[in-house]
Amino acid sequence: MSLQRIVMTVNGVERTVDAHPMERLLDVLREKLGLTGTKEGCGEGECGACSVLMDGSLVNSCLIPVAQAAHAQIVTIEGLGSPEKLDPVQEAFLHCGGSQCGMCTPGMIMAAKCLLMHNVKPSREEIREGLGGNLCRCTGYMRIFEAVEAAARKQESEAAR
Amino acid sequence: MRKEGAAKVCGTARYIDDITLPGMLHGATVRSSIARGRIKKITFDPAIPWGEFTIVTAADIPGANCIALIQNDWPCLAAEVVNHPEEPIVLLAHADKHRLAEAVAAVRVEYEPLPSVHSIAESERKDAAVWGEDNVLKSYLMEKGDVDAVWAGADFIVEGEYETGAQEHLYIENNGVIAEYSDAAGLTIYGSMQCPFYVHKSLVKLMALPEDKVRVVQVETGGAFGGKEDYPSMIAAHAALLVRKAGRPVKIVYDRAEDMAATTKRHPSRTRHRTAVTKDGKLLGAEIDLVLDGGAYSTLSSTVLSRATIHAGGCYFWPNLRVRSRALATNSPPHGAFRGFGAPQSLFAIERHMDRVAAAVGLAPEELRRRNFLRPGLTTSTGQVIPEGVDLEHLLARAMELSGYKEKRQRFARENERRALKKGIGLAAFLHGAGFTGSGERRMGSVAAMDATADGMLRVLVSSTEFGQGTNTILCQIAAETLGVDYGVVQMGPADTSVVPNSGPTVASRTAMVVGRLVESAAKEMRHVLTEAGLIGEQYSTEEFQRAASMYVGKHGQLRTEGHYEAPPNVFWDDELYRGEAYGAYAWAVYVAEVTVDTVDYRVAVDDFVAVQEVGRVINPVLATGQVEGGVAQAVGYALYEKVVWQKGRMANNQMTNYIIATSQDIPPIRVYFEEVPYKYGAYGAKGIGELPMDGPAPAIVNAVSHATSADFCAVPLLPEDVMTKLAQVKSQVVEVVGA
Amino acid sequence: MRAAPEQYEMISPGNLAAALKLMASEPGRWLPVAGGTEVMVQYSAGRLPQRNLMNVWGLPELRRIEVTPDAVVIGGGCTFAEIRAHKAIAAEFSMLAKTAAWVGSIANQNRATLAGNLANASPAADSPPALLAYEAEIELISVRGTRRIPYTQCHLDYKRTALTQDELILAVRLPRRFAGWRDYVRKVGTRNAQAISKVCMAAQALVQDGVVEAIRMGMGSVAPVPLRLAAIEECAAGRKVNATLIAECRQLLDKMIAPIDDIRSTIEYRRLVAGNVLEDCLRTLAGTA
Ligand SMILES: Cc1cc2nc3c(=O)[nH]c(=O)nc-3n(C[C@H](O)[C@H](O)[C@H](O)COP(=O)(O)OP(=O)(O)OC[C@H]3O[C@@H](n4cnc5c(N)ncnc54)[C@H](O)[C@@H]3O)c2cc1C
Ligand code: FES
Ligand code: FES
Repeated sequence: MSLQRIVMTVNGVERTVDAHPMERLLDVLREKLGLTGTKEGCGEGECGACSVLMDGSLVNSCLIPVAQAAHAQIVTIEGLGSPEKLDPVQEAFLHCGGSQCGMCTPGMIMAAKCLLMHNVKPSREEIREGLGGNLCRCTGYMRIFEAVEAAARKQESEAAR
Repeated sequence: MRKEGAAKVCGTARYIDDITLPGMLHGATVRSSIARGRIKKITFDPAIPWGEFTIVTAADIPGANCIALIQNDWPCLAAEVVNHPEEPIVLLAHADKHRLAEAVAAVRVEYEPLPSVHSIAESERKDAAVWGEDNVLKSYLMEKGDVDAVWAGADFIVEGEYETGAQEHLYIENNGVIAEYSDAAGLTIYGSMQCPFYVHKSLVKLMALPEDKVRVVQVETGGAFGGKEDYPSMIAAHAALLVRKAGRPVKIVYDRAEDMAATTKRHPSRTRHRTAVTKDGKLLGAEIDLVLDGGAYSTLSSTVLSRATIHAGGCYFWPNLRVRSRALATNSPPHGAFRGFGAPQSLFAIERHMDRVAAAVGLAPEELRRRNFLRPGLTTSTGQVIPEGVDLEHLLARAMELSGYKEKRQRFARENERRALKKGIGLAAFLHGAGFTGSGERRMGSVAAMDATADGMLRVLVSSTEFGQGTNTILCQIAAETLGVDYGVVQMGPADTSVVPNSGPTVASRTAMVVGRLVESAAKEMRHVLTEAGLIGEQYSTEEFQRAASMYVGKHGQLRTEGHYEAPPNVFWDDELYRGEAYGAYAWAVYVAEVTVDTVDYRVAVDDFVAVQEVGRVINPVLATGQVEGGVAQAVGYALYEKVVWQKGRMANNQMTNYIIATSQDIPPIRVYFEEVPYKYGAYGAKGIGELPMDGPAPAIVNAVSHATSADFCAVPLLPEDVMTKLAQVKSQVVEVVGA
Repeated sequence: MRAAPEQYEMISPGNLAAALKLMASEPGRWLPVAGGTEVMVQYSAGRLPQRNLMNVWGLPELRRIEVTPDAVVIGGGCTFAEIRAHKAIAAEFSMLAKTAAWVGSIANQNRATLAGNLANASPAADSPPALLAYEAEIELISVRGTRRIPYTQCHLDYKRTALTQDELILAVRLPRRFAGWRDYVRKVGTRNAQAISKVCMAAQALVQDGVVEAIRMGMGSVAPVPLRLAAIEECAAGRKVNATLIAECRQLLDKMIAPIDDIRSTIEYRRLVAGNVLEDCLRTLAGTA
């Protein structure tokens, strides 16, 4: 069946791809747009390694047919910061030991980012819930919680300035 | 800070599935659908345009059809018989990966079924002989003193049987490799793995290639936990066979369902204890019978069994002890390495058993343990003398204080009477031998190197790999500290068998302790070389050192130094009798778990977790704490959630939806504390840390659940269904007593 | 990924009328996809039989929440994230808000729709017990018009609903006639997030001096369809919650449910825990827990 031309804004840049409508957003990002920071861990919505922001809300890109992402605003891990200029959440993960093998990390950071966008000072309980769909097999989550709290403090002190 | 951390938090770290080579094909595997049988016929459904596919069977293997490990009984592709479900039979490759699922389903294999066995009991009874004559993959007998003489003098004899289930590694990155080949360069494998030289060794045999025509490169690896110790040799072998036939690079990356169904798990176990103890709680002796389910092939079972055997007596002094252990074959995919490597199984048994011995004697669990702890001067189960500095009593006291153990133990018991939510607190004391067992390290003869580039960058060259545990960071830290330079100017060389020396596999918590020590000597040697050359003095800055190194490279072409393994003095090990220095050093720990058991739905929640350990010097506290927390979280899963549901040797719940690991909402606060007693022969005093935290949580948690419910639980995983069954029994027993 | 995308078609009709027209023109041919959290899982596993899909995600007509004097009407295309966040639902239908918060994870709730949860017709779905206890009605729409049926008539059998092949779930209607009722809701899952229910229950009751004047209860995961526990409601009405009543109710429940053994749990567990939850529910509502 035929390819469709799909336009979306990815990390602030308008991108056009020719894709089958049922291709997963995950594959389009990774294979057609070269954004391999978004990972696949399960392909069934369970692990959150493929989490991205779509129109401001957290979604699992493995469960999104690309046709449903037409005209959407997508933000992936590559849209946050770079090793030279880290986003505060990335920086906090790096400093607090929130990333070990790194496979859950991009999705985890997107979930943390989304949480902090909606809740500038989340409690431990709220952090646990906000990250509940992002499985990490390495860290035991403690360093991740601390990273999110550190990022929240940083955002707060920057906002105060 | 983590060396490769910035790349990881930015998503620029490149894992195997992020890499694409020009002209690359995708590979897939046709696997057996039955547990055991003879392959009668393989047919290819004519509806598929097979001309577009590369097809490989066992007949295409140029060398030996096996994955080289300890005994070479693990076929790369089944040729005549299959011995477990999901055993690889045929390989396919195609340029379009979306063509593969359909093609795999269109290869039909006809079998003549053979009888199979699917549990330790069935294998032991020899319901069918599925491996050798008696299904015994390996057995050990380890004896100390004269255990037969103790029973007569015992005040109590306590028996118990304990079981542990299989556990799936569930690294978030599935197994994957890319293979490429050219006549000039030979075969190159890129992949997600722990041990590049294992893969190398296996491929040389399988592909009948000279050693220098096989190159194995580890790329960023998304978690391993032992699960990428042996299996990468298999998937690399498959990609190698496809690339030779297709003449184009081939990528094989498993999806989650395939990875879970086809790759290794932790060995299930059954352990029987019989213990003689006095009325004062002094342990007189014990007989321990330990069985591991090894799966269909021997793979790493003998070494896993060895560690399980040595740890079976726990951290106690046994004047008399006999441990008989066996690994038995069953018709499931082979069980393999998993963080802890046999120790979690046998330590679960002993630590659960100690609570029951304490109850029989009428002592508090901590008191029975305290009276029998190994102390400096006493000998372990293998006769190894405990060195000065080991102080389990102190670890116990600290763990009890930090967790409020004493007060809670009493209060919970009192309050539980009136509550539907029953609370409990339990502990476990344990040890973990760091490094290879026995003479393994000496046989290995590992080497690490350092070199400098023309622009003065300093590189650590080892085959030890990073897969999240912090290898890169720790080894660079050790090198920088030894060289006296900034951490930032030390880099890791590529984990590429054509560049680095063989510093051994990345297993057994040996990296910081053993390989770190080698890096330390390589770095010392580099400093020595530059001093001898008159390029640096006593004192120098990082820049001066780099300038000196770069001048040396300019003059001599290269600056490369090595560190070679030297066994610590007075270390003896008898492989026959299992006597002597089993490990260079042990790490020690006491863990306390606090739980709530809900008597409406029988779910267990872990409310608090205290982990106190002594692991030598802690080189990097953030990484070390993260290792412990991660290990504890995995072990919480092992204890309460992670059940592999077997149906005729096949994992039936091979999806993340159905194999339950703890989420961020299930994990208790994990409070980690270190006591530091530097180890003389480890790099900067380090001992192993990676595996230790996997050992203690399961018994601590089950001890706590038993405390909360006054019921005796002896198996993990302990699911709500199991709690229900036991509590319903307890209830009906009470009714019976009343009725009588 | 075990599916080949080029073998599938997806059409985005863009508005409700066009969607209904497409469904009417070729009944049964076009499978609606809203959040895709059920359909995409099937698809990726290579287990989706339908090859023709119709995108209904974001159709504005399905995505309204209306508060009228006698009902709160929730569009079928509303996500559980939207339901959780809605003030009137949180205030008056808090059991639905709570079940919404149970559906998988944040990322899942941002996509999973109420209609998808009902149309998918899994007995383990989390929202049905609350809808049963609230005596919800569902509004179905097709080119032929709309019709309204009590939610109790929605599920015919395992994975079979009363929807005809050309119909969509337009909305779920919650009557506002339960002011002053107490509620009880509980999910027994495999873990605290991302969990499929082993037993799920919602109930509300009017209780006066320990006497249950009226009670409505729904339970999931214990039979091929979510169950309204009508016989137990009748049994409990007008009575005090005590050991006798509880024993009678547990017996009734035992007869009504037909739990199964599967890779997630056992018949025995589901049966005993369903009874325990029912008991906990009655005691809690009566204030005797
Ligand atoms: C990781 C994960 C966790 C989950 N956890 C839970 C959980 O805890 N509890 C729970 O209950 N569910 C859970 N689910 C299941 C799922 O999220 C819900 O059932 C969800 O509500 C389905 O909605 P959807 O819009 O995504 O459905 P879709 O996948 O889009 O569709 C599902 C079905 O509904 C039909 N459909 C959709 N919209 C309409 C409409 N308007 N009219 C008629 N038919 C329609 C579709 O044709 C399809 O048959 C989980 C799923 C995942 C992937
Ligand atoms: S890959 Fe999408 S949730 Fe796991
Ligand atoms: S860091 Fe490895 S899975 Fe989270």
